[in-house]
Amino acid sequence: MRRFAREREEIFMSASTSPTVPPLAAEAASYDKVIPAAAPWSRVVRRGQLLRIVDLEGQQAVDTLFYNAHDYAERYSVHDTLLAQGHAYISTGSVLLSNESNVMATITADTCGRHDTSAGACSCEANTVRFGQHTRYMHACRENFLLELTRYGMTKRDVVSNLNFFMNVPILPDGELAIVDGVSQPGDYVEMRAEIDLLCVISNCPQVNNPCNGFRPTPVRVLIWDAPSG
Amino acid sequence: MVTELNASLPTTPEEYRQRYVELQRAAQDSAARRPAVAGDIRNPAVVPAEQIVREETIPGGWYWSTRLTRGQTLRIINDDATSGVSALFWNADDTSERYNAADTVKLQWSAAVSRGSMLFSDMGRVLMSVTEDSSAAHDALLGGSTATSNRRRFGDQALRNSRDNFILAIAKHGLGRRDIPPCITFFAPVRTDEAGRFIWRGDAVKPGDFVDLRAEMNVLAALSNCPHPLAPSPRWAAEPVRAIVWRSGEPGPHDLCRHRTDEAVRGFENTDAAFRA
Repeated sequence: MRRFAREREEIFMSASTSPTVPPLAAEAASYDKVIPAAAPWSRVVRRGQLLRIVDLEGQQAVDTLFYNAHDYAERYSVHDTLLAQGHAYISTGSVLLSNESNVMATITADTCGRHDTSAGACSCEANTVRFGQHTRYMHACRENFLLELTRYGMTKRDVVSNLNFFMNVPILPDGELAIVDGVSQPGDYVEMRAEIDLLCVISNCPQVNNPCNGFRPTPVRVLIWDAPSG
Repeated sequence: MVTELNASLPTTPEEYRQRYVELQRAAQDSAARRPAVAGDIRNPAVVPAEQIVREETIPGGWYWSTRLTRGQTLRIINDDATSGVSALFWNADDTSERYNAADTVKLQWSAAVSRGSMLFSDMGRVLMSVTEDSSAAHDALLGGSTATSNRRRFGDQALRNSRDNFILAIAKHGLGRRDIPPCITFFAPVRTDEAGRFIWRGDAVKPGDFVDLRAEMNVLAALSNCPHPLAPSPRWAAEPVRAIVWRSGEPGPHDLCRHRTDEAVRGFENTDAAFRA
């Protein structure tokens, strides 16, 4: 997996990665919060700020959406992002694009090396198809998304394909695709720089019917650092 | 065809894992036997005139939208092997329900859409069934063209693109940018290689290829006839495609799409429930 991360870095040589710096100190963060297992979270991350998501116990999928904080109709686009990079996965150097093909964020650090771009978020309704009707009344990521998005005046229309940090979904050459055991270790993190004012919406995935959370949802931690002054 | 899974519900992580392994194995089994499953769909190579509800020739670069009544089929005919027809689908009775690219690939354990596949909505229901498909060369992962992809690819962002086409198509039904989710592109043979890079399987689309999509609810469909951004042609080139809405009749008792997998059976349970009188 580390080799995998390095390959990504080579692919994104042209990306505007910052020079190598030592990991940011948690004490210097302007925001530091633990999202409980299975819970939603949202916050505006200002342009230039760094957002770090820490998988505290490992193997925890973090379903994430981004919106332009000043125009929610502009949001993260998996297709624009993958098309621009020509590759199905993201890691350090990946640039996250919007549905207007604008840069929203740049991944600046990634100690895990594997995140999912294409398998989306679980929902009560999709769970019935995937796992059986008895799973309809289990909490799901799109429930979390709706709880957060409606706080900003958005609706289900605004839920689009999301990023799944720390979720491992290999896509095989014949198209076969399955969620398999995550590779993230306790403390692994992914870090990104907001390139515009971003509304970041997270569902700390509650799914227990597949391996995305090691069948045991756990808390994650989010930290935000202010843009370096000057 | 339907595999009976362990009826007792899991409670521990180990039991959840065991059930997931069973589900994955069942999906792989059904994928393996897919070519052997004939089903009872035998759509005509040429749709008889009396079964045609409406038809349209969509010029290269343009878009078209149509309503489909549950049970009607949309055929897209690619006479000149043009590289990509992007498509989106909404539940016409509640347009907040719409094509969901992620659910479509996840629920079917595959990004390879072909005959027997379903296009899922975001509500665990089937929007469209792929009842016939001559190419099996479709892109469910990368979407369609944008002004930016045309600028990168052809140096001209003024060329027509699917993103803008969808905005125009859906705006004429009173909808807007927020109603446009990631799309699917037919006749675009996109796959990933071992390293995850997207590749274009060059010869997979032949002149005259067509796909039949049966509406499983009342559907609003939008098609955009613009070259896929990975298409190898050095210049922007889109030939006309034909779209036919036709009366394809009631699905038979052994309908391939409805019965091929456990996921299909459950997806149609959810879909049919919405239409029970």
